[in-house]
Amino acid sequence: MDTRSRPRTFVVLVENVPGVLDRVASLFRRRSYNIESLTVGHTDRPDVSHITIVMNADDRVASLVEANLYKLVNVLEVKDVSDVACVARDLALIKVRADHSNRSEIMQVAEVFRARVVDVSPEALIFEITGSEDKVESLVDVLRPYGILEMARTGIVAMARSVAAVSV
Amino acid sequence: MLRTGSQIVWDVLGQEGVGCVFGYPGGAILPIYDALLGSSIHHVLVRHEQGAAHMADGYARASGEVGVAMATSGPGATNLVTGIATAMLDSSSVVFITGQVSSRVIGTDAFQETDITGVTLPITKHNFLVTRTEDVGPTLRKAFHIARTGRPGPVLVDITKDAQQGTHDYEPDEAPVELPERSPRDTLTRDALDEAAGLLSSAKRPLILAGRGVMLGGATELLQDFVERTRIPVAMTLLGIGGFPATHALNLGMMGMHGEAWVNRAIQTADVLLAIGMRFDDRVTGDPTKFAPAAKKIHLEIDRSEINKVIRVDVPLVGDLRETLSQLAPRVGTTDLSPWHRFIEDLKGDTAVRDIQTLPDSGHLYAAHVISDLWNLTEGRALVVTDVGQHQMWEAQYYKHDYPRKLITSGGLGTMGFALPAALGAKFAKPEEEVWVIVGDGGFQMTAAELSTCVQENMKLNVAVINNGYLGMVRQWQEFFYDKRYAATPMSNPDFVKLADAHGLPGFRVEKRSEIAEAVSRARASRETAVIDFRVEKEDTVYPMVAPGKTIEDMIRRPVPVLE
Repeated sequence: MDTRSRPRTFVVLVENVPGVLDRVASLFRRRSYNIESLTVGHTDRPDVSHITIVMNADDRVASLVEANLYKLVNVLEVKDVSDVACVARDLALIKVRADHSNRSEIMQVAEVFRARVVDVSPEALIFEITGSEDKVESLVDVLRPYGILEMARTGIVAMARSVAAVSV
Repeated sequence: MLRTGSQIVWDVLGQEGVGCVFGYPGGAILPIYDALLGSSIHHVLVRHEQGAAHMADGYARASGEVGVAMATSGPGATNLVTGIATAMLDSSSVVFITGQVSSRVIGTDAFQETDITGVTLPITKHNFLVTRTEDVGPTLRKAFHIARTGRPGPVLVDITKDAQQGTHDYEPDEAPVELPERSPRDTLTRDALDEAAGLLSSAKRPLILAGRGVMLGGATELLQDFVERTRIPVAMTLLGIGGFPATHALNLGMMGMHGEAWVNRAIQTADVLLAIGMRFDDRVTGDPTKFAPAAKKIHLEIDRSEINKVIRVDVPLVGDLRETLSQLAPRVGTTDLSPWHRFIEDLKGDTAVRDIQTLPDSGHLYAAHVISDLWNLTEGRALVVTDVGQHQMWEAQYYKHDYPRKLITSGGLGTMGFALPAALGAKFAKPEEEVWVIVGDGGFQMTAAELSTCVQENMKLNVAVINNGYLGMVRQWQEFFYDKRYAATPMSNPDFVKLADAHGLPGFRVEKRSEIAEAVSRARASRETAVIDFRVEKEDTVYPMVAPGKTIEDMIRRPVPVLE
């Protein structure tokens, strides 16, 4: 059993009913598990929502989290995808100070990260970037010297790669 | 058939086999109470909603069925909270029905509005807010299903007033409730069973730790057969008492903070522990890092989230207890355990000389004597409901329960005020049983108003108040760990005999051991609830005791008496 605390990603499928997110978040709060990132969204089925939870945990805590999630009546499926081939994406909107003197330079830098410009104003640019957390972090590091005015991130959305993926 | 939401509530309760409901009316649940008059279900009017919650819990624990409590919105609902948390920690199957303000005004801080599903989220197995009449029936049926299946627990159903008042074309649904399929990882594999059986078959010092799950899982007879064949001794948790006969030669008694010293020493010496339906509560383990260090641990549990929660186990077997034990038992071989039995017997001798029962009668009344005499006088057959504190531990030590579901006590939450209402609920479940309430003077005063409910319902209980004029267990901690600074633990009490009298009930006072038998006999002979005020030694102590944070073998023991 791995007693090191390391990042874990859980994919949780839940019934799409009011209060589900509260129940999931409350479980983490009550048991003193610290959430790093939590995202919720629709799936292809209107009655099912997809939650991605990222946290730091050792094997024991990870298995307790999974077991406790299963105790929630609205939870349909829990998968710890930390150690399986998995696509994990974070979306960020980053507003950077930019004027006519450095606008094209900033856009060139962002191009390297395949970030898209989604808004231009006389004093600022807004970039959209989707990718792994590392990639987003790298872009943020590069943009920081120009002056980041605002940033919003969605948190991680994850999905296991194979057909052994999570389904209800 | 056109029915109102309120009528559907009583229809479903009838369909689920509910005989009586404990509750208290109010504005937001008035339609349901109005519909009560058209139902054959008996309703018990309590004096405080906390009483209703504990009664429904006591009913559930005594019967093995689902208990039901009802209250109005806001303060009615919040008064249930202590009882809900009590049921949650002891896995008791109770359905709570609360009225809620109309759906149009939800969220406006309307009169007597409380978000009770939000409040009870962490202390229910699940809860529901029902805002539409057509959802009342299916939701209530789901609630009963959730409360009684798997690991039992409390479920709350909050129903808005307009959903109660609305009408719906309703036909009773007889089909079994189906919840979406969920698939937790199965650990009850052949390999795991073989590994567990191998450990037990080759153990030299094996021990079974039995909890309340043995009774909840209907595995008492299986356990007894298994123990008698393998000769593995059994230690009980507080809530496990009754799951294996107390007077059986292989029952060691209670483990943990106030368990007997030989039991805790045996646990610390064991080489294999088989934990069945228990959850390694901190009152059981003491310092968990030093709990049974030499033992391989096997854990039979229905709730996977209990595995490795406190104590790391070597072989988890998750599933229905009866199923798990019936698969495990035949795989376990027998070995000669007589050296292990002799070792435990030797430990017992050391405890026996410290037993308060061996002390000469000093003229003072000791709670241990009261409990022990009560056990003898009722021939061990009473259904006993205790409150929380010193008397609870003395009950566990000195009343020898040979039968399941005959001790009802608030274990996990340790709820003062639990005993009297829970006993009343138990009496409704088992009217033929002789029910004894064993309660301290502090806890009795928290819910003594329910004596009035006993009178209104004409229910016969026997109430033994173990009265030492202190919050006894807290005083004991102050004695041991706070240098005898008795901050806020001395308690002045009303005259409990007169309190009984004020309710039109018989009351007796006992100040010497020689008076116990007569008072008990007069209480039993009374057709009404009777109260006995046992004036016990004020500064008596529950021995042995594991100090918080210590290992379970590091116990504070009663000194060996110097006999002249």
